[in-house]
Amino acid sequence: MNIVVCVKQVPDTATERKLRSDDKTLDRDAADGVVNELDEYAVEEALRLKEAHGGEVTVLTMGPDKASDTIRKALAMGADKAVHLVDDALHGSDALGTSHALAQTLKKIGFDLVVLGSESTDARTGVLAAMLAERLNVPQLTFANKVEVNGSAIAIQRVTDYGYDKVEASLPAVVSVVEKINEPRYPSFKGIMAAKKKPVEKLGVADAEIDAAQVGLASSWSEVTDFAAAPPRAAGTIVKDEGDGGAKAADFLASKKFI
Amino acid sequence: MSEVLVLVEHVEGQVKKVTLELLTLARKLGAPSAVWAGPGYSAEAKAKLAEYGAEKIYVADSADIADYVVAPKAELLAQLVSTASPAAVLVAATAEAKEIAGRLAIKIDSGVLTDAVGIGEDLVADQSIFGGGVNVRSRVTKGTPIIAVRPNATPVEAAAGAGAEEQVSVAVSDTAKTAKVVDRVKEEKGARPELTEAAIVVSGGRGVGSAENFSIIEKLADSLGAAVGASRAATDAGWYPHQFQVGQTGKTVSPQLYIAAGISGAIQHRAGMQTAKTIVAINKDPEAPIFELADYGVVGDLNQVVPQLTDEIAKRK
Repeated sequence: MNIVVCVKQVPDTATERKLRSDDKTLDRDAADGVVNELDEYAVEEALRLKEAHGGEVTVLTMGPDKASDTIRKALAMGADKAVHLVDDALHGSDALGTSHALAQTLKKIGFDLVVLGSESTDARTGVLAAMLAERLNVPQLTFANKVEVNGSAIAIQRVTDYGYDKVEASLPAVVSVVEKINEPRYPSFKGIMAAKKKPVEKLGVADAEIDAAQVGLASSWSEVTDFAAAPPRAAGTIVKDEGDGGAKAADFLASKKFI
Repeated sequence: MSEVLVLVEHVEGQVKKVTLELLTLARKLGAPSAVWAGPGYSAEAKAKLAEYGAEKIYVADSADIADYVVAPKAELLAQLVSTASPAAVLVAATAEAKEIAGRLAIKIDSGVLTDAVGIGEDLVADQSIFGGGVNVRSRVTKGTPIIAVRPNATPVEAAAGAGAEEQVSVAVSDTAKTAKVVDRVKEEKGARPELTEAAIVVSGGRGVGSAENFSIIEKLADSLGAAVGASRAATDAGWYPHQFQVGQTGKTVSPQLYIAAGISGAIQHRAGMQTAKTIVAINKDPEAPIFELADYGVVGDLNQVVPQLTDEIAKRK
């Protein structure tokens, strides 16, 4: 099975994240780049599917040069090779542009199964997997907390507000995974060393037959008109419990008409 | 006045509160047209939608619409956009509705904004990003704006609309029928409100200490008619089911009142609750970052404070 796992580099949420004042896009230099957390679950799931069914796992990352750190991490976990979609023309692409670029690349490199995290911690739109399914015209198997492949049949449990849906489809397909689907492995020393020798193919917009008019900031379907740091919340009242903390909290709730 | 399509969120035939919020918002932007997708439509649902301003109600209640993941609903909306030429399409910022919005955006070549917490008359949306650290205003620049709005972000106001019903027949394409829902499994969650919709959320974290002890969080929640949430530390420890996790990799909630008990307030958690209107924190560590967000904080042992609070609420009812 030819599995492609889409991995995004995002700013570390433990550092202060910013937008750039010039073009109002994410400031990727202001914070350390890390693997989007939910994508680690995607890499793990891809590796487990490969271990169970054979085949190959290819990492696909769209991002600037520094995203190669993220690719190395996924390779060190055990993926076989990588494609790095890197081109200045892609800078500032919104979800529509990004999904076009990734879909074109996926068509070019081929796949039986695309796996990705259900959401990124930076943009948090949660729409990319659905958009890929739409653009690639393949089944959308998203928000999975369980994936089972049997020949060309694939079934998932799709997490819902009330529990989950059992969903069935045939390969090729797009799967997005939620946290708790598995426990991502840590790269071993051997894995880290091996990753250095694994092939990483760099593709630009023209190589992947991406329509330049559909990607980049200028072609986005939406724009940030302005932004500002959220005003700090007004300092609250903090009391020490001296046997009456619960009663005092109740007084506060009553003053706000919650009780 | 142009129509504004509002995709109705419903469960077991009941219209969810977020839809009433969307209808309230839509009235500022044009003439609200509710779109009912899937089975369960009733006179009761119709009355509710009209009460909150739906001038039209498009009903596509065939089973096909709901039996396949997301794609048929996107086809339905695309069809309505082409016939009704609405000023905008509003959906709730739930996992599924955002996916519908995403697929619709491609079908109608239009921009999509997710997790709006407000929309101006000029269709500029307010968003809160980076775990609540930055406020952004953004707008769609191509096509028909599609905006996913966070539940609880809009105060609901009734204002009667005509509620003119229009049956819509959609021939769901074969390509939209490739991911089939073969079973819906309901997990027991009792009578509590749904986490993302609840006006009040009570969450427990590492400080709760055990699965058994989550009962004190549940009792407090029940005394307030609230939903129960949990921090990642608590769900990772297996003390509370993962689907109740509030935070960056879990649910984002924006309730009127959020009570955090035994939660330190790391960014992982803050990203999921920072836009709550009022925050109350109970934690034994006076240095816990959750107190920086709290409107009211109690430094103390939650095993003492939470039951006392629950008792006090019962007394004052």
